[in-house]
Amino acid sequence: MDKIILEMRGITKTFPGVKALDNVSFKVREGEIHALVGENGAGKSTLMKVLSGVYPAGTYEGEIHFDNEVRRFSTISDSEELGIIIIHQELALVPLLSIAENIFLGNEIASNGVINWPATFARTQELLAKVGLKDAPSTLITDIGVGKQQLVEIAKALSKKVRLLILDEPTASLNETDSDALLNLLMEFRKQGMTSIIISHKLNEIRKVADQITILRDGGAVETLDCHTQEITEDRIISGMVGRAMEDRYPPRDPKIGETLLEVKNWNVFHQNHRDRQFLHDVNFTVRAGEVVGIAGLMGAGRTETAMSLFGKSWGHKISGQVFMHGKPVDVSTIPKAIGAGLAYVTEDRKHLGLVLNNNIMHNTTLANLDGVSNNGFIDERKEARVAADYRSKLRIRSHSIYQETVNLSGGNQQKVVLSKWLFTDPQVLILDEPTRGIDVGAKFEIYTIINQLAAEGKGILMISSEMPELLGTCDRIYVMNEGRIVAELSKGEASQESIMRAIMRSGEKH
Amino acid sequence: MAIDTRTETPKVSVSDYLRKNIREYGLLLALVVIMLLFQFLTGGVLFKPVNITNLVLQNSFIIIMALGMLLIIVAGHIDLSVGSIVAFIGGISAIMLVKWGWHFSLVVPLCLIIGAAMGAAQGYWVAYQKIPSFIVTLAGMLVFRGLTYVVLEGRPIGPFPKEFQLLSTGFIPDFLSFTDPATSVVKNYVALLAVLALVGWAIYSGLKNRRLNEQHGTPNEPFVFFAGQMAVISVVAVFLGFQLSTYRGLPNVLVVMGVLIAFYTFVTTRSTIGRRIYAMGGNEKAAKLSGINTERLTFYTFVNMGVLAALAGMIIAARLNSATPKAGVGFELDVIAACFIGGASASGGVGRIIGAVIGAFIMGVMNNGMSIMGIGIDYQQLIKGLVLLAAVFFDVYNKNKAV
Repeated sequence: MDKIILEMRGITKTFPGVKALDNVSFKVREGEIHALVGENGAGKSTLMKVLSGVYPAGTYEGEIHFDNEVRRFSTISDSEELGIIIIHQELALVPLLSIAENIFLGNEIASNGVINWPATFARTQELLAKVGLKDAPSTLITDIGVGKQQLVEIAKALSKKVRLLILDEPTASLNETDSDALLNLLMEFRKQGMTSIIISHKLNEIRKVADQITILRDGGAVETLDCHTQEITEDRIISGMVGRAMEDRYPPRDPKIGETLLEVKNWNVFHQNHRDRQFLHDVNFTVRAGEVVGIAGLMGAGRTETAMSLFGKSWGHKISGQVFMHGKPVDVSTIPKAIGAGLAYVTEDRKHLGLVLNNNIMHNTTLANLDGVSNNGFIDERKEARVAADYRSKLRIRSHSIYQETVNLSGGNQQKVVLSKWLFTDPQVLILDEPTRGIDVGAKFEIYTIINQLAAEGKGILMISSEMPELLGTCDRIYVMNEGRIVAELSKGEASQESIMRAIMRSGEKH
Repeated sequence: MAIDTRTETPKVSVSDYLRKNIREYGLLLALVVIMLLFQFLTGGVLFKPVNITNLVLQNSFIIIMALGMLLIIVAGHIDLSVGSIVAFIGGISAIMLVKWGWHFSLVVPLCLIIGAAMGAAQGYWVAYQKIPSFIVTLAGMLVFRGLTYVVLEGRPIGPFPKEFQLLSTGFIPDFLSFTDPATSVVKNYVALLAVLALVGWAIYSGLKNRRLNEQHGTPNEPFVFFAGQMAVISVVAVFLGFQLSTYRGLPNVLVVMGVLIAFYTFVTTRSTIGRRIYAMGGNEKAAKLSGINTERLTFYTFVNMGVLAALAGMIIAARLNSATPKAGVGFELDVIAACFIGGASASGGVGRIIGAVIGAFIMGVMNNGMSIMGIGIDYQQLIKGLVLLAAVFFDVYNKNKAV
């Protein structure tokens, strides 16, 4: 256990104008799971790219020792040859090829360019068994869920002789069951002597599996914690990441709840693609002025679908039910009508559904309300710039200027731009779908602060989140959804991780 | 890695600015270099007044269609049918004017409406039925070409009435004849004064805009570039205007084209419709979720293309003074190439009207120059193809270097 398999010494990597890594040293022992944590932009991914040869030797300073020898990787295949395999956050699978084809892509079992299919399928079976997947090797990637896709990526890594497996946020898009399965698999591999590095934002998972934790902050390695010699709490990790003790992860608030703003009655929706399958059943809920209402539930419970079907029928079909604002029925059948009724929907997928990435902050800010900065279809550029600058300072968006393209912003700042866009439509009720997904601890706190301010201004907030502590920390009331139904409504006093899970489990038994 | 600059930095260094905007200045520079090159290679024929007039007449329809095509490409689509629309509109305008003897004041608007309908017929499938535009307009290209043969019964029709021909061969009359045209160098004072007035206005409004930007803290391009660009444009414009004024003055087509260029520049940079098209091309789903009716926007982008192609069709028919079923073959490729040379992105969301116009002029000057030099059509095509590839490579190279 004490043999050092990997040592990175004094790694410094500079991009034009930015020092991404500053003299980072990092040691991994053979056969352990080593967690790498830090805020977004702390340099985790850059460090792993240096290790795997994405940034070739010579473009950084410092030394990499693997198996006690200095290594200079100039391409990814150099590092793969030694068994250093990296699985990126965005999966690199071809959706319309089979599992077997994906696993051996670029590494086919073939002679003279002719693929040996029987051998390929047999070998795939073996690999799938190792990762606990029961699907046939001929199944197309597009037909299996994200959780299984992640396992296919691992099987692909195993098909090469892997000695050090690097996983970049492997559970970011997985639900709890799939995450658990994946983490158990990692622990199983540890028993067999494999070394892994896991990058993650989910501290509870890290506590569960990690032997050592290295914390990066602002491009420097702050400390390495050994989980066997000391008790590591989540707060301990967070204080290392942000450089200060985080007494409270959620800003305090003093709710002033007013009249009912939004009321949804008997909301029934059929599935977007499987058109005869009813997906949402008699969903009823209310949001009051100044109130933050949460929707908890597992992946696939119908939370995002509820929000999107409500917001201009953006999801589903055969939608029925009534929507009231201030007690009066409103028409939300198209997105412009929904916006007009005072709704705003901040998507969970800001890169694909929230932002026009190659447009600048200003253009994204005004996109949903161009009429607010134009006269008769004629954009008043100076007014537009004023509006964007205003939101930029109000929401503290960190950027060179409002003319910076949003693709270059960090996750937290991108989220703030999406929020600006919707705030500029002056909504009465904001639906926030996973508003802090993939953003770092410091930025999360800022988002919570913004949510509190909005509630204090008398807006209603409906917040969908998969992170239960976040819901418990910010919401005044929590609805629990499961299998397309609202199965419980919990007041702040009643809500806890246990009571939410209990509600989900019980509702599952009934059917 | 996070860049934590809170302060606005409107002042940028000249070299930084050049690196970021090399594409735009490069394009203008390329046009000037190509013009000078062919002026030299053709032994001074390129800039002769009569040839400049020809250059305008030969390229006006490409530029007019490039305006619509740019919007289509920015919206993330393509339109292969414009060459066939050109032929079809030429054909039916000939039937209405020549065979049926209708007056042109009725025929011209009618043809624009038919063009709109042809664009709509394609836009419907692209926007509402989500069929890729490449396929829809490929079908349209074949259908409209076939229809042209049907209505013309395979034979050319002509000649057109005099008034209709003026659309492309007419000139703005000189009502300010200060000197006797027979003896003086300047034969058309209207042309000269119009160009001088436009240049003056451009410099004035450019300066005014900079001042307003300064007052509102909006960053300006470095003054060196502003001045340089203005100087190049002014010198070229005044020179061309002077040359034109020593011949027959401003061609009607040039005026139509100028008005359209100004109008579409305005639409793309200052109007909400333009902004929405760019947003849609950049990320259609995000635009839709922001309340933009992306289907209707796509539909009207194709309608607009149809109208411009119809206008181009009439200009070509009037210029050739006959409608033939083979008119406009391959024009779609010239038009699309102009947009890409002008910096439009094939994946949508990026492109500028002025870029497409300069792109079309680059192609036009090369066509014209090589024809004067007597280079065969074979080598012309080869050279144009390489220029297109080089221009797009330049884009990709710059983008990769910037990352």
